[in-house]
Amino acid sequence: MGQIILDLLVPGLLLGISCWAMAGKRDVYTLMITGAAEGLDTAVRILPALVVLLTAVGMLRASGAMELLTRLMTPLCRVLGIPPETAPLVVIRPISGSAALAVGSELMATYGPDSPIGRTAAVMLGSTETTFYTISVYFGAAGIRRTRYAIPAALAADLTGFVMAALTVRLFW
Amino acid sequence: MTWIWTIFLLLSVLCAAATSQTAALSAAVLSGAGQGITLTISLAGPLCLWSGVSRVMEESGLTARLSALVSPLLRRLFPDAWTNPAARDALCGNLAANLLGLGNAATPLGIRAVRQMAQGTGGQASDELCRLVVMNTASVQLIPATVAAVRAGLGSAAPFDLLPAVWITSLCSVSVGLLAAKALSRWVR
Repeated sequence: MGQIILDLLVPGLLLGISCWAMAGKRDVYTLMITGAAEGLDTAVRILPALVVLLTAVGMLRASGAMELLTRLMTPLCRVLGIPPETAPLVVIRPISGSAALAVGSELMATYGPDSPIGRTAAVMLGSTETTFYTISVYFGAAGIRRTRYAIPAALAADLTGFVMAALTVRLFW
Repeated sequence: MTWIWTIFLLLSVLCAAATSQTAALSAAVLSGAGQGITLTISLAGPLCLWSGVSRVMEESGLTARLSALVSPLLRRLFPDAWTNPAARDALCGNLAANLLGLGNAATPLGIRAVRQMAQGTGGQASDELCRLVVMNTASVQLIPATVAAVRAGLGSAAPFDLLPAVWITSLCSVSVGLLAAKALSRWVR
């Protein structure tokens, strides 16, 4: 039953949104097309960064540096209950969104998107943000120089996200 | 970013030299670049579709509707900002856009909110500003479309099946972030 609800969630959402927009006399099809064109723009915009970063991540993997980092972080990861293989993602996630996407998708490709490691990487990516970038954008725009406890509090949230990602994947699958 | 790129390369070269994996390293230079293209192409389709859906959500006033729904919750988190109608609307819009995964809409609204809320703080982050930043760095997304797109591109059997895990994780992380902010606000002046 729960599975059926989950399977119907996204298709149902598409239907619901379309009906709602039609009821508001919006031209749903044209909006979808305009939006999709913007999506293509986004894809083209992220392509160069992904090529460059996946080159770097591929090199880290081939050189054994990824494994080394994984092994170095294993004791800490054990304590937190995080799969050590996802350690590189944990390190890069708060710093760079595109690098995190590169590292995360490389993990999903290497271990399989439906493997526990692949799933943990996906949940981590989906439930955390590029913390340092976001803080600098927001506080930069507002002219805030003394950030007080914003960074430690945001990092506490990230850490919780990583631990809970591993925990939920272990509980659900 | 220059630093990240250079550090990645430095680590790779040092490690490969130390473990004599140099042949594999040199092969990885070009195969990694190819993977970048493959990943982007597999992402592009779902990304386009989801951008289309985002557009419909924005234009049909769904964001505005959701703003109204989250407003009672935000009112308790941001009592000071609540006295300023411009900050209040931007705050609600920011959270609604974040929930719907409309990154392009969320950031300008968030910036509008911090600008309003930063007035008269003299360059120091108030408790409410810290809370707003924590809320935005903790990613409260209902549908993580990009991640689902990557999974679909890599052949996942059910790319969306991790939604409940993402919801629970996000909810915990944003709660811990806000609690940590609350606790730290007593200590950090």
